[in-house]
Amino acid sequence: MGQILVLAEHTQGTLDRVTGELLAAAALLGEPAAVVVGLPGAADALLEQLAESGAHRVYVAETADAEALLVTPAVLALDAAVTAARATGEVTAVLVNASIAGRETAARLSVRLTAGLINDAVGVELIDGVVVATMQALGGAYIVQSTAVELAVVTVRPHAISGQAPAASAERVDITIDTAALPAAAITAVHAEVVARDRPDLTAASVVVSGGRGLGSRENFSLVEELADVFGAAVGASRAAVEADYCAHHMQVGQTGVTVAPQLYIALGISGAIQHRAGMQSAKTIVVINKDAGAPLFEVADFGIVGDLFTVVPQLIEAVRARQNA
Amino acid sequence: MNIVVLVKQVPDTWADRSLRADGRVDRDAVAPVTDEITERAVETALQLKELHGGSVTVLTMGPARAVDALRKGLAMGADAAIHVSDESLAGSDALQTSAALAAALRTVEVDLVIAGTESTDGRTGAIPAMLAERLALPQLTFLSSVTVSDGVVSGIRSVENGTLEVRAGLPAVISITEQAPEPRFPNFKGIMAAKKKPMTVLTVADLGLEVGEVGGDASWSRVANVTPRPARAAGTVITDDGTAGAQLADFLAGAQLI
Ligand SMILES: Cc1cc2nc3c(=O)[nH]c(=O)nc-3n(C[C@H](O)[C@H](O)[C@H](O)COP(=O)(O)OP(=O)(O)OC[C@H]3O[C@@H](n4cnc5c(N)ncnc54)[C@H](O)[C@@H]3O)c2cc1C
Ligand SMILES: Nc1ncnc2c1ncn2[C@@H]1O[C@H](COP(=O)(O)O)[C@@H](O)[C@H]1O
Repeated sequence: MGQILVLAEHTQGTLDRVTGELLAAAALLGEPAAVVVGLPGAADALLEQLAESGAHRVYVAETADAEALLVTPAVLALDAAVTAARATGEVTAVLVNASIAGRETAARLSVRLTAGLINDAVGVELIDGVVVATMQALGGAYIVQSTAVELAVVTVRPHAISGQAPAASAERVDITIDTAALPAAAITAVHAEVVARDRPDLTAASVVVSGGRGLGSRENFSLVEELADVFGAAVGASRAAVEADYCAHHMQVGQTGVTVAPQLYIALGISGAIQHRAGMQSAKTIVVINKDAGAPLFEVADFGIVGDLFTVVPQLIEAVRARQNA
Repeated sequence: MNIVVLVKQVPDTWADRSLRADGRVDRDAVAPVTDEITERAVETALQLKELHGGSVTVLTMGPARAVDALRKGLAMGADAAIHVSDESLAGSDALQTSAALAAALRTVEVDLVIAGTESTDGRTGAIPAMLAERLALPQLTFLSSVTVSDGVVSGIRSVENGTLEVRAGLPAVISITEQAPEPRFPNFKGIMAAKKKPMTVLTVADLGLEVGEVGGDASWSRVANVTPRPARAAGTVITDDGTAGAQLADFLAGAQLI
């Protein structure tokens, strides 16, 4: 069975949830192993968690530059880990989170290894010894399955894969990387986004409430947040709302924003341009509130309300609260 | 400062785009347009040139008609264009596309390469990072703002959970997000002037690549199958009569969503 290397993501000594997902995906393809990149000493706290999450081996690259250089430390670590792993057997695939940095890391690794890159997989399986990844294309309008010739470098969409790999021994293998060997951008400051407490990630949320230009102002956009709070939902937006500065750019759903596939998507004051639909039409249930009966988003609505969102949404909040308290 | 902008022609996102059985976007069914993000990249380059002087070259790899994307860049104000065009490139994956673009970039003197973050047809967001790797240049990608001074490029990188401030010495590869400035419209003078600007066409042979290295048959990742998603069933649409909120709550409760 080939080894499947997973780039571990971790924050202050704790594995990010996505790392468990990647290891679960790896277990479907072969023997999971993790690659940890971090500041000196960072791996100690992670080994036990990685064992529980199913890593047979843990390749550890510790460097003082781990958080100071953009993308290249992870690229070098994965490259060195593939070399080390190949000394003990075959490597079938490398799995990386399909985040912005993860996709870039995978892209560069695929150049270094001359290995096929498969992006944003929502499923992986091994068929006749070949890694087959499932993706959504053109905003979820198509399901595509792809394979790579020989080694596959795959980015996996967060929260797309469920399950858990069986616990393993997480045997530590230290590797060294020379971060000076690759020209890189320096990270001079980090500004974490302040997200409302208890608000789930847009990509992981089972309910998403999005607002569009119909909200009319940044102040009014708080109505979207209020409704989201009732559902414990994430907040999304159309590009028009982002451009009008009602909310932050990373909340944009659509062709050039985030793709979401929640159980429930509620769109407030969004017309439903094709580029917006591309990011949400895989939602299980779609609710649309818009005062224009001709808004194209009604075409994909499971339940649509032609009406003024400023009167309908307060009614809805009240009605849902009443049921929740009943 | 010599800037090269990577422009790309894509099927119009306003149209109903479809995938062929081989997984490629059906480019014949839909009118081609310049990917909007790459027009913003051109705008970014022109503004940097206005501040710092130098030249702006637009570069694309694509079929003969992709020349329209280059002409638009020239009409906006770019100084020269390079068209990587060769039938054997059809069906290239990101690995091969980046090899061809890197080879083309090696034919010119360049201080700053500007790309879009990701294209609307493939959405891999891979090319800028791959170019940085191939050209051994620092990568400053997903920038919502860019400044250049004293041979250093710096900017704000917008990621999922916040922003990073990043910087590197030139030469470098950057990619810009939709927050980059809106592209200017080419005026009549610009369109006329574009006709006289230099346009270089490079083939696979010119780039020193082997024909066997590029194109769909030699690609490192392959599409095995393509299935259209079933259309959504029609839903219920009501007009608010004062009870719409309550009716929606009933619907959500019925669907066990609350
Ligand atoms: C290359 C490209 C990429 C793009 N990418 C994206 C993307 O990723 N995501 C995205 O969303 N868009 C994207 N767009 C933009 C897209 O084309 C639309 O412009 C955008 O989605 C419109 O946003 P909107 O629906 O909020 O605004 P509008 O189209 O202006 O619609 C506002 C709606 O609000 C309704 N409304 C107004 N007041 C009220 C009220 N009081 N009560 C109820 N309803 C009300 C109106 O009837 C209208 O339907 C992209 C465009 C291009 C060209
Ligand atoms: N064929 C191409 N020709 C020129 N530039 C390209 C090409 N493909 C991708 N790019 C550039 O790379 C960016 C990211 O594209 P992608 O990696 O395909 O999502 C685009 O916005 C372009 O700037």
